[in-house]
Amino acid sequence: MIHTISVLLENKPGALVRVCQMFARRGYNIESLAVGPTEHHDVSRITLRVDCTDGSLEQIQKQMHKLVNVLRVRDLEPGEAVERELALVTVTAPPERRAELLALAEVFRARIVDVGHDAVVCEVVGEPGELDTFEELVRPHGIRELARTGRIGLARASSKTRAPRPQRVLR
Amino acid sequence: MTRMLGSDAILRSLEAEGVDVVFGLPGGAILPTYDAFARGTTIRHVLARHEQGAGHMAEGYARASGRVGVAIATSGPGATNLVTPIADAWMDSTPLVCVTGQVRTSLIGTDAFQECDITGVTMPIVKHSWLVQDVEELPGVIKAAFHVARTGRCGPVLVDVPRDVQEAAFDFEYPDEVDLPGWRPPTRVHARQIAEAARVVARAERPVLYVGGGTLNADACVELLELAEAARLPVITTLMAKSAFPETHELHFGWPGMHGPKWSNLAMNTCDVLVAVGARFDDRVTGKLSEFAKGATVIHLDMDAAEIGKLRSADVPVVGPLKHALAGIEAELRGLERTDTEPWLRQIAEWRDLYPLRYGVERDLIKPQRVLETLDELTAGRDDVIWTTGVGQHQMWAMQYLHCVRPRTFITSGGLGTMGYGIPAAIGAKAARPEATVVCVDGDGCFQMTCQELATATLENLPIVVVIVNNGYLGMVQQWQTMFFEERLSHVHLTHSVPDYAALAAAYGGLGLTVHEPEELEPALAEALTSGRTAVVDVRVDPVEQCYPMIPAGAAALDLLEYEEREPASPAA
Repeated sequence: MIHTISVLLENKPGALVRVCQMFARRGYNIESLAVGPTEHHDVSRITLRVDCTDGSLEQIQKQMHKLVNVLRVRDLEPGEAVERELALVTVTAPPERRAELLALAEVFRARIVDVGHDAVVCEVVGEPGELDTFEELVRPHGIRELARTGRIGLARASSKTRAPRPQRVLR
Repeated sequence: MTRMLGSDAILRSLEAEGVDVVFGLPGGAILPTYDAFARGTTIRHVLARHEQGAGHMAEGYARASGRVGVAIATSGPGATNLVTPIADAWMDSTPLVCVTGQVRTSLIGTDAFQECDITGVTMPIVKHSWLVQDVEELPGVIKAAFHVARTGRCGPVLVDVPRDVQEAAFDFEYPDEVDLPGWRPPTRVHARQIAEAARVVARAERPVLYVGGGTLNADACVELLELAEAARLPVITTLMAKSAFPETHELHFGWPGMHGPKWSNLAMNTCDVLVAVGARFDDRVTGKLSEFAKGATVIHLDMDAAEIGKLRSADVPVVGPLKHALAGIEAELRGLERTDTEPWLRQIAEWRDLYPLRYGVERDLIKPQRVLETLDELTAGRDDVIWTTGVGQHQMWAMQYLHCVRPRTFITSGGLGTMGYGIPAAIGAKAARPEATVVCVDGDGCFQMTCQELATATLENLPIVVVIVNNGYLGMVQQWQTMFFEERLSHVHLTHSVPDYAALAAAYGGLGLTVHEPEELEPALAEALTSGRTAVVDVRVDPVEQCYPMIPAGAAALDLLEYEEREPASPAA
């Protein structure tokens, strides 16, 4: 099962490497990873996607928590979290097919952020599943390049299981 | 606040941590710190002949004393030579602080002379590491390094200090507290977990205390003894826990695993409640994991939450300091009605009588087991002997035949299985406990990996006794080739006589003795033990003696091979 894990870590040199290296060493494969700043300038958030059993997830969380730079680890359960991802796609768009593409983009609330002679660059933000669908639908037009950020996520503000502070893993 | 250089600040910080001995070897990038040694310090510096030696000495010091070991090396090759001791300390949870020099900050990343990204190289085998880029950070980093090394589950850390940081002047002040928001090892044990554990122990008919090295690190041997005696629980100690429980005690029932006696493995594998105390269900202990202690209810006491359920799921997890956990369970048990364990204790004792350790009759050649038996006899009743070992057959015989009564008197490389560990670890142990007689039981293969440190032992006045169980082979490899590779011996023959170990000992300024005949054994060992000098006893033993019992790799523990059963088992993973 694919799990989304949200990790807060100190913004220190090598902190990200230590997290990734732990996955490599313990034999877990990271499906996607997104890193960025948080509301605290000295804290970063990593959102990781890992395909593993529940038992492995527990091991991953415990091993991660032993890393000195890791502040908090949380499993974002589906339904309890908001997840988003951004994709940039350069799609072949000759004038005769451009209208069709723009209509498609509109359905997905994708923005055209750059236009060339025979191609456009679309920006689409959404739930990762939506991005997959968009990618599939524009594929017949011809995808020249594609970049995705990997998903980021936060526990829902309305989530009943959300602790006042993000929960710590069992130590 | 005092104005000083980074190099002096390193020594003032180590002094503030109460460090009395460090082990190291100077070189280019660590020169400023060695200049600080020359300017003066209360710390004794033991000059090793190889950084690996310095690292293992620091480990031996830590294991003998219960304090943090410190090793110092230069950048590049000096630092990479520390990698094996760091990996060893990681696997055996030995508290170790390594301080390495690094090239100047302006040169980092340029492939400068003797540059190596040692924080990168060691990342998978340290609890944490720091590359100090600003001298102002230095005191706080060293404070944090010691804190991380010795709190939670012990282990190695590394502090990499560029040369210009060592040379920079700043206002030194050693912090009182560490600033590590992400480092919060457990300090208490959950009362409910303790109550549940006690309830399960009280109802057990066939309980076993499966004691691991964490017990020694936690300094919980007294609590272990009290619990075992109060609840009449049999104690089985792993290789790493040897000496955590008095081995002359009626409740001690040997050592588990690949070369453990049959009675110990029978007890471990037929118990109804297995209480793991700071142990990690290593494959050398369990054999085939799915067959290990089948059906037993597992209570797992560990400081490291990540060990719970890593290999064997725990029915009752108890996370936190073992001292509290063991004392808590013992206290809780007082209020409970306890199932009588005497029939079970008698059963294990019966097995012990039924399946004793055995080896062949000695004829012309000395049997290696007898070397250990003789050492055990010569030191019986003494609690001032510390044993260290290399890795291999001699190590397993040392486990089987030596009896330790006092904690921290058996120092060995368990997890990583580092050949060559014994001699430098013995020197480190001697530095920690100068009044003790420190004996390294070594193999001829192991000896040749770190014997240069005999110079350290003689010149630093840290006399150790090295007993080489010399079978002329890489004995354990020979055993596997014989048993599992149809006796095709491949590149394992070292010969008995090259080098001449006694002459080598003399060359290093020590006493060298060679034992060929069975009747020479006891006098030679006795002479070495009482000489007060660094002594090497080269005991030429039967080259084809195999170590039994043995659980073939991947086999179930109860399918162990005993002495008579010479049929080789099928090769396994």
